[in-house]
Amino acid sequence: MATLRELTALPEALSPGHRLCAGCGASIIVRQVLKAAGNTPVVVACATGCLEVTTTIYPYTAWRCSFIHNAFENVAATIGGVETAYRVLKKKGKIKEDIKFIAFGGDGGTFDIGFQSLSGTMERGHNILYVCYDNEAYMNTGIQRSSATPKGASTTTSPAGKVVPGKPEHRKDLTAIMAAHNIPYVAQASPSHWRDLIRKAENGLSVDGPAFLNVLSPCPRGWPSETDKTIEIARLAVETNYWPLFEVEDGKWRLTYKPRKKVPLEDWLRMQGRFRHLFKPENAAVLEELKAFVDAQWRALLERCGEQE
Amino acid sequence: MSVPADVPEVKRMAVTGNEAVALAMKQIEPDVVAAYPITPQTDIVQYFSSFVADGLVQTEFIRVESEHSAMSAVVGAAASGVRAMTATSANGLALMWEVLYIAASTRLPIVMPVVNRALSGPINIHCDHSDSMGARDSGWIQLYSENAQEAYDNIIQAVRIAEHPDVLLPVMVCLDGFIISHALENIEALSDATVRRFIGEWVPAASLLDVDRPITVGPLDLYDYYFEHKRQQAEAMMRAGKVIEEVAEEFAAISGRHYGFLEEYRMDDAAIAVIVLGSTAGTAKVAVDSLRKSGIKAGLIKLRTFRPFPAGELRRALAGVKAVAIMDRADSFSAMGGPVFAEVRSALYEADHRPPCFNFIYGLGGRDVGLEDIIEVYTYLQQAEEDPEGLVTVHYLGVRE
Repeated sequence: MATLRELTALPEALSPGHRLCAGCGASIIVRQVLKAAGNTPVVVACATGCLEVTTTIYPYTAWRCSFIHNAFENVAATIGGVETAYRVLKKKGKIKEDIKFIAFGGDGGTFDIGFQSLSGTMERGHNILYVCYDNEAYMNTGIQRSSATPKGASTTTSPAGKVVPGKPEHRKDLTAIMAAHNIPYVAQASPSHWRDLIRKAENGLSVDGPAFLNVLSPCPRGWPSETDKTIEIARLAVETNYWPLFEVEDGKWRLTYKPRKKVPLEDWLRMQGRFRHLFKPENAAVLEELKAFVDAQWRALLERCGEQE
Repeated sequence: MSVPADVPEVKRMAVTGNEAVALAMKQIEPDVVAAYPITPQTDIVQYFSSFVADGLVQTEFIRVESEHSAMSAVVGAAASGVRAMTATSANGLALMWEVLYIAASTRLPIVMPVVNRALSGPINIHCDHSDSMGARDSGWIQLYSENAQEAYDNIIQAVRIAEHPDVLLPVMVCLDGFIISHALENIEALSDATVRRFIGEWVPAASLLDVDRPITVGPLDLYDYYFEHKRQQAEAMMRAGKVIEEVAEEFAAISGRHYGFLEEYRMDDAAIAVIVLGSTAGTAKVAVDSLRKSGIKAGLIKLRTFRPFPAGELRRALAGVKAVAIMDRADSFSAMGGPVFAEVRSALYEADHRPPCFNFIYGLGGRDVGLEDIIEVYTYLQQAEEDPEGLVTVHYLGVRE
């Protein structure tokens, strides 16, 4: 992998001046992922969502590479179509360059409405890297719950009310579902661990076939959290075992980072307004359930990776 | 399989409508096809799979998991500067709905055969036009075919119409499910070389894959520009008429077969006329011949293009007519008749001579329409010609009331 100095010298395909919120995780993730492509040209596709609406307001575009947005639920099928066109032209000798194909979707466009399109595209083996910037709710439409929203989190459609204390259900483990597609490469990453993230994006771009990256993307507007704490929150998510860093290569699970000493989940939760109600005495049980879930998921992951506690 | 591996010269052959479509697609040999099987379109996907499996085409075939993904992938491919096609029917078309509009507004020259089938619900697999009529305002050009030959010819012409720089709009080529798609007919196929020459090379103005000139496709377009882009789209549809005529003329030169916006059958001195789309025109022509033998001045207009709508041509064709029946193989549930009826009547508003118009909604869900049904329509028109007072405007033909 390139050194930090080499990485900073690489051209940036996402230019500054886009309209993402201050402290948004998505643009940091995009820049880290695109660093992995090095000097190889990329075509980027985006699902409808924050990243798309803030980077391509006609007549402006923040994308220096080719970019396509089609609709909310079809970014995977769309990039699959682009990649297929590339393969035909390559076969016919009409294109000489190597081009990489990267799709970005939020958790809405990936876990939920775009799930079928994603699954189909992965199963068909298109040579693409799909990156989910997972901010754990539908932020673009105003912070509604998604299947990536953790239990207990307050969103505008799972508000912490007098009777129901936030989202009743646990989040869906999409990374594992993607691994179950038996594609060459699946990984989970965090922008706080940039070296790990870029290496995973490099792996995803280098395999022959589909790759999937699930990246935690703090959302100061929706979680809500301090705009200057984005990386810290992302790091704590890893250190609390809430967001483990791992990869699945050719079916083999591997932990890519193991916290030396687990930080209590509460430290991460306290930095975010969506969990504030969980610290009220009447919601103690919900907090315990969330913690138990995180621990159980962590143990299951360790087992898959052949690691000890 | 009765689709030949190659057609070295003009050849007469007995094929089904779906086979004719598959042959046209094979001769066009698009770079990318993405499709999902649905009755009655299924054969097309199966034939195309065989072409790929047998190495008869260089096309990359994406066997998608849904029609939504079919149209999405085709949009991605077309934006990458290649020829891309799909085919569908009914609910498959409905599932594509959202992306149909995106394909049109992105100005991608995609060609798609639509094998017309009744749209659910209730679920039904047989022919009517509720699927493509529902997509009539999606910004696609729509051509309707009377038989397998026309479906074949329309698909080949559609490539040229879609890709014309004055147009750059996607084209649907509609053919009636089962009635055309599964019936065996004689067609005259052009040679592979003739088709290749006719369609030529597709050279897009911009492509996602041009790394030296990167582009952004599908940006957020708000109140400051969206309207201008929609206006440009409307202009393109207006310009499409001239291109459809030019392409038809060139096509006549290579095939001897002539196409226009509409076909007039015994309209020269017609006093009463019926307007139809698709395969019903065949039955209606027999009805006209039979009525003419009894001295009734019956005529027929078959619409080939529904989008753009040939209002001027229709006004001219109906100038001497005393009463018109418009047959709709779909209802619009507007409580004032079907979609073809609404368009025809609207077109006649500006005519110097406005004949009384009647709407006959027929054949929904594949209900058979026979010679006697069409004769019944003409008989009604005769009545209208004599005394139009007190007559009913919208009729449902051949239904148990």
